[in-house]
Amino acid sequence: MRSFNYHKPDTLDAALALLSGNDEALPIAGGMTLLPTMKQRLAAPEDLVDLSGLPGLADVAMEGDILVIGAMTRHADVAASPLVKEKLPALANLASRIGDQQVRHRGTIGGSISNNDPAADYPAAVLALNAEIVTSKRTIAADDFFVAMFETALEPGELVTAIRFPLPEVAAYMKFANPASRYALAGVFVAKTTSAVRVAVTGAGPSVFRASDIEAALAESFDATALERISIDASELMSDIHADNEYRANLVMVMARRAVALAQQSG
Amino acid sequence: MNAVVGIGSSPKRKEDARFVRGKGTYVADIKRPGMLAGVFLRSEHAHAKLNSIDVSKALAQPGVKAVYTGEDMKADNVGGLPVGWGITDKHGDPMKEPPHPPIAHDKVRYVGDAVAFVVADTIEQAQAAAEMIEVDYEVLPAVVGLVDALRPNAPQLYDDVPNNLCADWELGNSSAVDAAFENAAHVASIELVNNRLIGNPLEPLAAIGEFEFASGRYTLWTTSQFPHVVRLLMGEMVLGIPQHKLRVVAPDVGGGFGVKQFHYAEEAVVTWAAGKLGRPVKWVAQRSEGFVSDAHGRDHVTEAELALDEDGKFLAMRVKTLANMGAYLSTFGPNIPTNLYAPLLSGVYQIPSIYCEVKCVFTNTVPVDAYRGAGRPEATFVVERLVDMAAREMGIDKIDIRKRNMIPKEAYPYQTPVIVEYDSGDPLGCLERSEELADVAGFEVRRAESASRGKYRGLGISTYIEACGLAPSRLAGQLGARGGLYESATVRVHPSGAVTVLIGTHNHGQGHETTFAQIVSDRLGVPFEDIDIVFGDTDRVQFGMGTYGSRSLVVGGAALSQASDKVILKGRKIAAHQLEASLEDIVFEDGTFSVAGTDRKKSFQEIAGAAYVPFDFPLETLEPGLEEQSYYDPVNFTYPGGAHFAEVEIDPDTGIVTLERYTAVDDVGTIINPMIVEGQLHGGIVQGIGQALFEHGVYDPTSGQLLSGSFMDYCMPRADNFPQLVIEPHSTTCTHTPMGVKGCGECGTIGSPAAIISAVVDALKPLGIAHVDMPASPNHIWNIIRNARTPVAAE
Repeated sequence: MRSFNYHKPDTLDAALALLSGNDEALPIAGGMTLLPTMKQRLAAPEDLVDLSGLPGLADVAMEGDILVIGAMTRHADVAASPLVKEKLPALANLASRIGDQQVRHRGTIGGSISNNDPAADYPAAVLALNAEIVTSKRTIAADDFFVAMFETALEPGELVTAIRFPLPEVAAYMKFANPASRYALAGVFVAKTTSAVRVAVTGAGPSVFRASDIEAALAESFDATALERISIDASELMSDIHADNEYRANLVMVMARRAVALAQQSG
Repeated sequence: MNAVVGIGSSPKRKEDARFVRGKGTYVADIKRPGMLAGVFLRSEHAHAKLNSIDVSKALAQPGVKAVYTGEDMKADNVGGLPVGWGITDKHGDPMKEPPHPPIAHDKVRYVGDAVAFVVADTIEQAQAAAEMIEVDYEVLPAVVGLVDALRPNAPQLYDDVPNNLCADWELGNSSAVDAAFENAAHVASIELVNNRLIGNPLEPLAAIGEFEFASGRYTLWTTSQFPHVVRLLMGEMVLGIPQHKLRVVAPDVGGGFGVKQFHYAEEAVVTWAAGKLGRPVKWVAQRSEGFVSDAHGRDHVTEAELALDEDGKFLAMRVKTLANMGAYLSTFGPNIPTNLYAPLLSGVYQIPSIYCEVKCVFTNTVPVDAYRGAGRPEATFVVERLVDMAAREMGIDKIDIRKRNMIPKEAYPYQTPVIVEYDSGDPLGCLERSEELADVAGFEVRRAESASRGKYRGLGISTYIEACGLAPSRLAGQLGARGGLYESATVRVHPSGAVTVLIGTHNHGQGHETTFAQIVSDRLGVPFEDIDIVFGDTDRVQFGMGTYGSRSLVVGGAALSQASDKVILKGRKIAAHQLEASLEDIVFEDGTFSVAGTDRKKSFQEIAGAAYVPFDFPLETLEPGLEEQSYYDPVNFTYPGGAHFAEVEIDPDTGIVTLERYTAVDDVGTIINPMIVEGQLHGGIVQGIGQALFEHGVYDPTSGQLLSGSFMDYCMPRADNFPQLVIEPHSTTCTHTPMGVKGCGECGTIGSPAAIISAVVDALKPLGIAHVDMPASPNHIWNIIRNARTPVAAE
């Protein structure tokens, strides 16, 4: 790791000021991706702006029908939140299975979605639940937020402050973990609202994506059997030493069926 | 507790008092005055010519004290890394042994090959400077696969090693085998791969070199399983430092598994650099660096055949193996797939003739050497897969075919056709007990229950034998060892009666401080607390060959036992003098010397005190002091063995294999500490299952990049991958070791891979699958299931 200047501002404005116009500055939330990258000397910020001192960014609350989770809320806190467990149990369940104990007590929801790792769990929930991402500048719809592998709609110096989740009728997440890293080889989040079914897939493609064929089939009949004749195009999916794209395509369908079954049980 | 703790009890481990409190002292914990930090720049290419290396920018960086290249070491006449065990090929020629410079010059031959060594005040400075070194590589085509490396047009690693072939070695009588095959009723054959493994001990490699001008002595602190051997190899052959001018210390070491039983380039480089700079130099491998700085294990491709008569009795076996050496020969590299492999191919069976041919092959990969089990897991895997294959093809139950061919208990000692003579064992007894514990009888009910949930369930078996307690020096010498393989122990009795043992083995997780103390406590009747075990420092311990090959208790414990006997004899002499009796009348029992048939006696502690106050000793016949030393050279290997059952369930939708039950019954000879033995078996079994289900060192076939170069991609087994293991000993006594011990460190790793794959194949039996290569990872298994189902679906 290279040396850097460490800043821990206590207001959002101060954090934004530190990041503004400074190409060599990086914000750090839980640091679960950034710290290893810095240790490998692949990232070498001159200024590191720690967001953990900012007030009010780790709250979980209902605003009308919307569940609002502060960007700095740790995975373990989402998993343990009575409010999340009551209103959006699928999300609490997802959070309880991210990484390991250490990661869950350091990593944050805002950090996870801002990083947009193609195998991270939260992006699938945010996209499937049609959440809104509130930033220091604006509000971004989930469909517009995740751009590409490790790339989001965030502009330089723009920080996520909260994620707003509309509540579905039923929802569930199932993932098949990479045996080595335990990241998702394929993770499928299924959410059914009164008006639509949204299905988001993580781990399988270069970035989280919505599976439109699966959505259409489930919109007709929200049942695992509705997916039996559906397959997903493997050519767009990733291949590596753990899983080739054909296998990932299969896992997406298996996880989708299991997620639907789980959603039906919990619903 | 201040009592005698003898053989067969399980006291808490002495060493854990410091380990569980975080008070161990590892190489990385050691700070020497004026110590500098070193970093290696490593090749990013698998195969390249080194046209030039420009270190000028790096040298100009803040804090940088030196930047060394291979040319610098060459100019200083530093030697190549030696091989400790040479082999002779089938034509009588010595193996090809190309030079292995500690830092590459002229050419790099694998990703991770050291190119330069940067020394600076701090590690950060050294890392920053290393990035400023400009290396002009002329990239050459690389070859990483065994079959590829032997092809006529394959890239050649060395100008003087044609076809990348280090040695074409053989063992056994090929004409007898050929004749048996001609007359066989059935021939079973198999092609298999033994996957490359990366050891990943919890503590990465580390080394500190230091030179003291006043005494002219060097010290190397290193993460080693055998400091005396490092002193010998590095001192004599690499750096030219006389033995009495070199101290090697291996303090607390966090796991070895064989990975730390080699002399590594980094040890020589830090020691040499310390001499050049006159200041201590420390190197600690980064976690990811360990994937290329540590020798790898296994990596075989094998074709094997078994000839049987019409009753399923084994007639002969023929094995052809390609073994990956990596880019250079590591310390024991060529010995592992030859002398520690082919002699185990008889397994626990009566096989009249065996022939084995091994081609040792250079590739553009990290050097391959011993890893827990070292050759013996590979042999067991071949034998057991072949036996399963034969059972399947002949329609014989796979347990039954083993029972038909096992060496009966009364046939020991049993001479195999491949050098070794097994002294003792009871494979059938192990198998029958294991069968009972594993509830083999109830398996079909469990299989049906799994099937009702859409899952495949399989039962696998492995019976194995291994050669441990390396090694009888005479035999090892005949097989090409370049040093003896005895062990030494000194028992130093202090005037108080407390004991310090100085032993040449090395404790890095095996519990030696406890087990060896139990032996001394048992023998001398000294309280367990009054015994210290010292190891790992060539300035304190007389000599030793270290710890590997399940040898510490077998060979080191034997030396300790013999030295203890000498102490008793000396104690009896002193007691005879003190009690005014003749030596013959002095008996020693339960820590007391007494005159037979009288109540005249002296405690061990009284005699120890008297040994150092010799006012009236008859000095011409009785020396003062109570300290004895013994060197023990075994007369044979020991042969632990056992029978393991694995039960797995496979989810056909995802291909994931879940281990449901595991049962192991092992013959490890006399057991000193049952808790430690159970721990060794647990660890070994889990490590073997790691190979069977999870671990895989993977190279890109074109670029030669290591694709499994971190824990993100190299799958280590974790606690949640395992059920509770069922383990029970079924011991016979070794006939030639002083305490009847056989060793237990490698049993699990040797027995378990074949049991797991046998279970996976059994689970997939409905699909007609005959063999599955390791690791049985989800994608691999799903592909097999899909391919097997496709023709059925097409009907």
